[in-house]
Parts: sequence; structure tokens; C-alpha cells
Amino acid sequence: MKEYLFIIRGGEDMSNHSPEQMQEHMMHWQKWMGGMAEQGKFVGGQPLQGEGKSLVEKGTQVIDRPLAEGKELVGGYLIVKAETLDEATEMAKGCPGFEHDCSIEVREIRAM
Amino acid sequence: MNEGSNIHQTLNHLFRQESGRMVAVLVNVFGTEHLQMVEDVVQDALVSALETWKIKGVPDNPRAWLYRTAKNKAIDIVRRNKFSETFDFSAPEHQLLTSEYTLSRTMDQFWEETEIQDDFLGMMFACCHPELSKENQITFILKSLCGFSTREVAKAFLTGEDTISKRLYRTKEYFRKNKVKLQIPGPDEIANRTDAVLSAIYLVFNEGYSATHNDQLIREDVISQAMLLCKSLLDNPKTQLPQAYALMALMCFHAARIEGRLTREGELILLNQQDRSTWNAELIYKGNDLLNQAAFGDTVSPYHLEAAIAYEHSTAKSYQETNWEAILRYYDHWLSLAFDPVVYLNRCLVLLELKGPQAAWDAMNQIQDHQKMQNYYLYHAALGEILDRLGRKAEAVQFLEAAAKLTQSAPEKRFLRDKIAAICN
Repeated sequence: MKEYLFIIRGGEDMSNHSPEQMQEHMMHWQKWMGGMAEQGKFVGGQPLQGEGKSLVEKGTQVIDRPLAEGKELVGGYLIVKAETLDEATEMAKGCPGFEHDCSIEVREIRAM
Repeated sequence: MNEGSNIHQTLNHLFRQESGRMVAVLVNVFGTEHLQMVEDVVQDALVSALETWKIKGVPDNPRAWLYRTAKNKAIDIVRRNKFSETFDFSAPEHQLLTSEYTLSRTMDQFWEETEIQDDFLGMMFACCHPELSKENQITFILKSLCGFSTREVAKAFLTGEDTISKRLYRTKEYFRKNKVKLQIPGPDEIANRTDAVLSAIYLVFNEGYSATHNDQLIREDVISQAMLLCKSLLDNPKTQLPQAYALMALMCFHAARIEGRLTREGELILLNQQDRSTWNAELIYKGNDLLNQAAFGDTVSPYHLEAAIAYEHSTAKSYQETNWEAILRYYDHWLSLAFDPVVYLNRCLVLLELKGPQAAWDAMNQIQDHQKMQNYYLYHAALGEILDRLGRKAEAVQFLEAAAKLTQSAPEKRFLRDKIAAICN
């Protein structure tokens, strides 16, 4: 088993959805994540706040926001266990974020 | 039982329910004139929950998590506006929000359980202010207290989102101009004002109950919301009035029979052909219980009588065994409280069962000049039915055709067309 990182980018702004729709979307996530956890393939993950700072120009300049916007902004990451990159990619296909236009980058985490 | 459905039960419309409560509390903090901002804060708290919980899982006490998030956002807003005149914190219970020493503790007090319940009721009374039209009242209730989106409300009322937005805007303007306060009315006003709330709740219920909807989900949502609103009146000693129990009983009797009213294909089934085993016995039992609880004080409201009629229908073993005499007595009593042509029309249909078509026909003549009746499809449908039984086929068809033109509901239209076809053959 190797570990893979799912980098989740973009996704629609949910703030104009009704409470019921938001909850429903969350339930889909619970189901997907729960499914991976049940198979012992879920290691962990964190959501990220939208705001941030970026350091550029060799660290001499600080910008008051993340460099990426909208579709490119990383909203969170997950770490999962899989045998191969293809298997991990297959797992990522179930992500409910796709209902709202997110994209996922799947990367193997280098072992020591 | 997989994990997903367990979570489902714990959460059961949590977002929708708590959004209304959070709106009420924050309106109490910031004032009705800042309703738009309040709604944004609540929406923000829900988005935070969604973004966090989807990856971290649902916390043990999701309600508390939401409240804490909304509370912190509110504290931030107070701090940011410290030196502006944006908010009016001159009232005694708000004054301590203006000092950093007491801000957080004072904000906590706004989120005590009893305070939340009272605010929610206060919001209901504000929404049902006599100066707001009934249409605006129920639109606003669904949007702000029941957590429906503009789109969902538009769907529930079978109208466009623009119409709904306009109604919401008017209500918000009214609140802003009049600085309406959230409060449960005092003892001298409570009965009247509660009646206004009850009538709005019943309108919401009927909106969900009407067969105009093809969308089963919307229907059930709207109905259960109306029942929840009524329950919050019954949960508070100040609003535990007999007519509130009676309305709750009435809604239980109606909701119990919703399954039997339509076929799977969405076709109407008349009461005399409904399969009574599809009725929900538990809800009928509950309705009966509530109707007994409604029997105190000296109030006999229209809800009492309507519920009593619904009780008779719900508990009759078959259509033939319906106690029409009792039902007729309830109608007479109801009409003696206030004359209403629609109620009178329903009484005529009881006469049809009890004394035959001639008696019903004679009675119907009493309301033929009522303006309201000319555009009321049930009036024409009832006349069609009565004339058909009198053997006056051609006239019956005319009235049934008029009824089919007047109704908005596809199942009703189909039902009337079928009836016309049956008479003509």
C-alpha cells in the first residue's frame, strides 16, 4: 500500500445554495469519505480557509491573498492508501466535489 | 445500516432548521433592519460547516458547532463596527455588546436555549404582522424561518423567482422602515396575533397539501415545515392556545390521509374510493389526542370545527359509514361563527350525501350570486356533480367544463375531463 495525496481545487461557491442543498452535498461527501474509511484506505485530510497570503520575489513581497483564484484555488487535501496511482485515481472519481466543478490532482507521496 | 444513513438521521434537515433559528437570534442581536446582513452571516456559517464537515466529518454536536460559528461571526461584526453608528445597541440588553469586557458574555446570553425559542416565535409574530399581506407573510416564513431558498419557495408557490424576490424585498423594506422588534405579544394581544400566525401556518400547509404539485418532495417539505412551526407554538407556554392545538390536530388528520389521495401516477382519488388502509393510523391517533387537548377554555375556533369534521372522516370505517349528521352539525356551528361561501359549499356537499341532490341543489342557490364563487372551480365542479345526479346531463357538463378551465392543477383537470367523458357516454 502506498499513500496518495488528493489536491482538491476549485469547486463552486456554495453560498447561493439553500441550506437543504448544502446539507445534501455534505452528505455525499460523508458517504464518499466513509466508504474509503470503511475499507481502511482513508488516512486523513484538512479543509483550507479561502483567505491566505503569498510570498513572492524571493520572499521580499507579501501578497494578501493566495496566488491562485477560483478554479485553481486549493480548497483542501486528502491522503488515501492505494496500491497504484491508477487505483487512487479511480477512488478520486467518486468525489462529490465534481458535482460543483472541482478538479483533483492525484499524487503519490514519496516514501522515505 | 451504513454510516451514511446514520448520519442522515442525526442531521435530519439540520441545516434548514437551524438556519431559521440562527436568523431569529441574529435579528434579535442586530435588528430587523439588518436582515440581509443576518441572512448572509447565517449562510456563511452553513458554508463553513459544509466545507469543514465534508472533510473532517460531522462533529458530535453539530448544532452547537453551527451556533458557535454564527456567534463568532456576529462578535467579529460588532467589533468591526465599534466606532460606527451602524447598529442601535441602546436597548438595555444590547448595551453590554458595546464594551469589549462584556461583549462575548453578552453575546452568549443571546444564544441560551430559551432565548432561541423565544426569538424564533418572536420572528413568527413579526412575519405575520397584520400590515403585511398574507402572501408576503407566508413567502417570508418559508424563506427566513424554514430555510428555503428563493428558488424552492418559487417552486412551492408555482411562481417565478422574480415574484418571490419582490415579495421578500417588500417585507424586508417594511421591517427596515418600521424597525420591527421581535417579541411575543403581551397577554391582551396574544390571542389575536396568534390567530394571524395560525392562519399563515395553515396557508403554508395548504400550499403543500394542494394537489397542484407534481413534486412530491416539495409537498412533503412544505407540509412538515408547517407542522413544525405549529409545534413551536405548542412548545411555548405563552402560545399554547386551544386553537393552536386544534390546528395541529387538523393538520395531523389531513397529513394522515395524504397517501390515499393520489395514485402512483398522480391521479386524484375521491374520498369515497380511497383505500382507507393507506391512511396513517398513528397520525390520526395523534390528531385525536391533540383535538382532546384543544378542548379547554371557552374558545371554539373554526379550526376546532374543521378538525372535528376531519376527525369524523378519518375515523369512519368506510365512506358509507361516515357520520354525515355529525359533520352537518359541525358545519352549521362553523357557519354560525362567520359566514364563508367556501365552507357553505362544503356543507352543501354533505347535504348531497345526507338528503340527496335536490336538497343540495336548493341549498347551492343561496350562494350563486357570490362573486368569489364564479371563479372558484370547486363551486362549478360541485354544481356539475349535483346536476349529474339530478339527471340534468347537459347542464352538468357545462359546469364541469367551466371547472376544468378554472383549475390550475393537472390532476384536477384530468379528473374533470374523465367525468365529462363518462357523462357523455
